[in-house]
Amino acid sequence: MAPAGRYPVETDRDPGLQPERTRLAWRRTTLTCAVTTVIAMRQVVRSGGSALSVAAVGLAALSFLAFLVLAHLRIQRLGAPRPPVLSSRVAVGVAGCMVALAVFGAAVVW
Amino acid sequence: MSDIGRLRGARDAVLLWFAPARVQNEGTTPDYRFSLANERTFLAWIRTALALIGGGFAVDQFLTNHLTHWVRVVLSLALLAAGVACTLRAVNHWMRCERAMRRGANLPVSRFPASLALLVAVIAIAMVAVVFFGWAG
Repeated sequence: MAPAGRYPVETDRDPGLQPERTRLAWRRTTLTCAVTTVIAMRQVVRSGGSALSVAAVGLAALSFLAFLVLAHLRIQRLGAPRPPVLSSRVAVGVAGCMVALAVFGAAVVW
Repeated sequence: MSDIGRLRGARDAVLLWFAPARVQNEGTTPDYRFSLANERTFLAWIRTALALIGGGFAVDQFLTNHLTHWVRVVLSLALLAAGVACTLRAVNHWMRCERAMRRGANLPVSRFPASLALLVAVIAIAMVAVVFFGWAG
């Protein structure tokens, strides 16, 4: 709520801190993604590092970087007083990063 | 619903992922806070998917003393596949919720959480069993 004696204006922050909570959700997800990528990289160290597994894990690391970029762009847009809806390109991009991580990880497991 | 109708529905849903403008044209824009809540739910599902994918890697790396190679590969690939399914479902559900909010319709319900819970329970029981018997034998 705006302080008493003053009309709310367009730039008023949401008192429920929804944009902040959403930003932290992106941060948590990035952190989880980083941990998963590290476990994937550990796989190569264990398997002795054939060329194929090094390449697969390199690509898994790249998909983490892609996710990092998407998350960063979204977090920047969440800084606005009334953040726009998540674009479905970003949502599909995030899903693509996850699928890539799983597929490259599966290549090493195999 | 017939199988063909279901396939057509799935195709339309996937097409919708790549045509965001079609969603934006429908109905009225909901309060941005509802959209943000929907986005957080999407991210929570993505984290669930990441946990499944990480679990798949962990099975392969940490159960080496208990499982033969093939059991490990199968369990690991099952977890990775569950992670991929969870991811795809996350996008689909996010989009369906967004569209339902724009139309003022009820939010979509789904069997997915129950099936995922069953799958995770089965995998967990299987892992407890193999670790236990692997230890004993």
